[in-house]
Amino acid sequence: MAMETTGPVEVSSAGTVIDRIRVSTPDRGLRHDLRAVSIVWRRELIRFRTDRLRAITSLVQPFLFLFILGTGLSTLAGGNLPQSTTFDFKTFIYPGVLAMSVLFTAIFSAGSIVWDREFGFLREILVAPVSRGAIVVGKCLGGATIATFQGVIFLCLAWFAHVPYNPVLIMSLIGMLLLLSFTLTAFGVMMAARIRQFQAFMALTQMLVMPLFFLSGALYPLTGLPAWLTVLTRLDPLTYVVGPMRHLVFSHLNVSAQISAILNTHLAPAITWDGWAVPLWLSLGIVAVMGLGMMSVAIAEFSKTE
Amino acid sequence: MAAQAGTKPSPEQVSDDAGPETVISVSGLVKRYGAVEAVRGIDFTVNRGETFGFLGPNGAGKSTTIKILCTLADATAGTARVAGHDSATERDAVRRNIGLVFQDTTLDSYLTAEQNLRFHAELYGVPKAAVVPRMRQVMDMVGLWDRKDSLVSTYSGGMQRRLEIARGLLHAPHVLFLDEPTVGLDPQTRSSIWTYINDLKTREDITIFLTTHYMDEAEHCDRIAIIDHGKIVAIDTPEALKASIGKDRVQIQTADDQAAISELAAKFGLEAAMHEGAVTFSVASGEQFVPRLFSEFAVPIRSVSVSRPSLDDVFMSYTGTTIRDAEGGAGNEFMRNMHRMRSGGRR
Repeated sequence: MAMETTGPVEVSSAGTVIDRIRVSTPDRGLRHDLRAVSIVWRRELIRFRTDRLRAITSLVQPFLFLFILGTGLSTLAGGNLPQSTTFDFKTFIYPGVLAMSVLFTAIFSAGSIVWDREFGFLREILVAPVSRGAIVVGKCLGGATIATFQGVIFLCLAWFAHVPYNPVLIMSLIGMLLLLSFTLTAFGVMMAARIRQFQAFMALTQMLVMPLFFLSGALYPLTGLPAWLTVLTRLDPLTYVVGPMRHLVFSHLNVSAQISAILNTHLAPAITWDGWAVPLWLSLGIVAVMGLGMMSVAIAEFSKTE
Repeated sequence: MAAQAGTKPSPEQVSDDAGPETVISVSGLVKRYGAVEAVRGIDFTVNRGETFGFLGPNGAGKSTTIKILCTLADATAGTARVAGHDSATERDAVRRNIGLVFQDTTLDSYLTAEQNLRFHAELYGVPKAAVVPRMRQVMDMVGLWDRKDSLVSTYSGGMQRRLEIARGLLHAPHVLFLDEPTVGLDPQTRSSIWTYINDLKTREDITIFLTTHYMDEAEHCDRIAIIDHGKIVAIDTPEALKASIGKDRVQIQTADDQAAISELAAKFGLEAAMHEGAVTFSVASGEQFVPRLFSEFAVPIRSVSVSRPSLDDVFMSYTGTTIRDAEGGAGNEFMRNMHRMRSGGRR
């Protein structure tokens, strides 16, 4: 598969000499699929870069939650929180709001598939001699990347919530955000495979996003809840990222050992299944498996023909 | 030769000198959507280098056939082979060898023209070293190279269509499918698109398969198939099709029209009548009849015009209706189903 500008040089009807460029497209292989993954991923980035308005507006909501709701509710929650100058209610909800900062971007980046279908571009993608798997993987990674990027912007505000800029903490949080973003994008792509109208996609995801957020324990600790709510929170994939992230953040706070103990037992307890503490690896594993599972469903959906 | 696929020669390239190579062959093709039979058993072949047109009203089954040939839909029955590969079982091989321009735009208007083409090149696995020179070549071909960095959203409808044609050629396909390439464009832009299409035939070794419901555009084809209600009713060169319905129309203006009409009847046995203020009659080959007319006619003739039968007349004679009337039938259940199917069936 090489390009040769030699070959027969022919003269067109207009009289100009044209070097015919030989192009041969290869049989499908891993390298070809990787190029496809890469270009679909890059397109997401280009679209994100040129759409600054989206980047800004999708940060408005987490910003409101952290500073308005976080400050407002701190007076109410104050009595139950340890008294400290390096910890307040904003610190408590910060990990959850961080998860929120990637939630919308991840799911809506998948929504662009529906948009592409309405405006025809999806057809250009689906008729290409490349596996549907490569396209879906590229899309999921692209959505995960831009959503994580949103999360990183929000990470810059950590200081306002008394969360230290500790490199290990920051890197670990970015890793978890990436995992979460991937799973959420996969969820969105799976939905987008079926939905034909952008309006419908928006309505459906709006309807699902808030329950996901509220059930994740982003705004309240997952202890002492009624049984029905306990069960629901354990079904929410977001729970398995918000819990570990909060645990991680709390372990890096500049607080006394006494406060730290209170935080870890009452405010950031381990996620439990009927009393059994779910280890960190399993929490993150659940999220990863869900993401891969939904991505597989999406690939199967896109592989169907008329 | 610009468009040669890879290392493995496909069957039709081996038999290079054994008559015309078949690039597309379709036999017994049927496509059913539920109870609606959109394509009802069609057979045809297209030879290498031909421009082959599917002519028919909206809902006749043109787009459905293209979708099957392009691997976007499965046939209910029958087979279709494109560039030596089966479009149902060897999808990727077919896809590598075809370029597509759909009737609705499939560009990403938030990307620049170059970014759109680059996306295509990567998806089709165009060798890295060839991407830029080939991109320049195809964009030059449609006169858009100097606008490559503009966002596609700033392009006019005609420019977008030209860009899509360039993109369809980027991976040097054997067959270029154009589904209604000029639909929705103004007449001037339509004719400029045709200039580009005809021009690319001189530059690329390519077979073109197109659908249209414009009669005048069908004239650009080497051969056309007239399709109506999911069936091919006639297939031949435009000239032969026009000849098959016979006669040319001759109109003459004379000093005495009534006398001319009776003289035509008496001398040549022709039935003439007044149309558009002229004596009008039909005759087998008009240009050979005119000299006879001048030498033998008594009534002074002021002017003569001879017109060939148009493809409109051809369509009319094979389907019993004009293409416009066929489309105007809004109460036609079949067509409404087709439209619904098409709008719901984008994948």
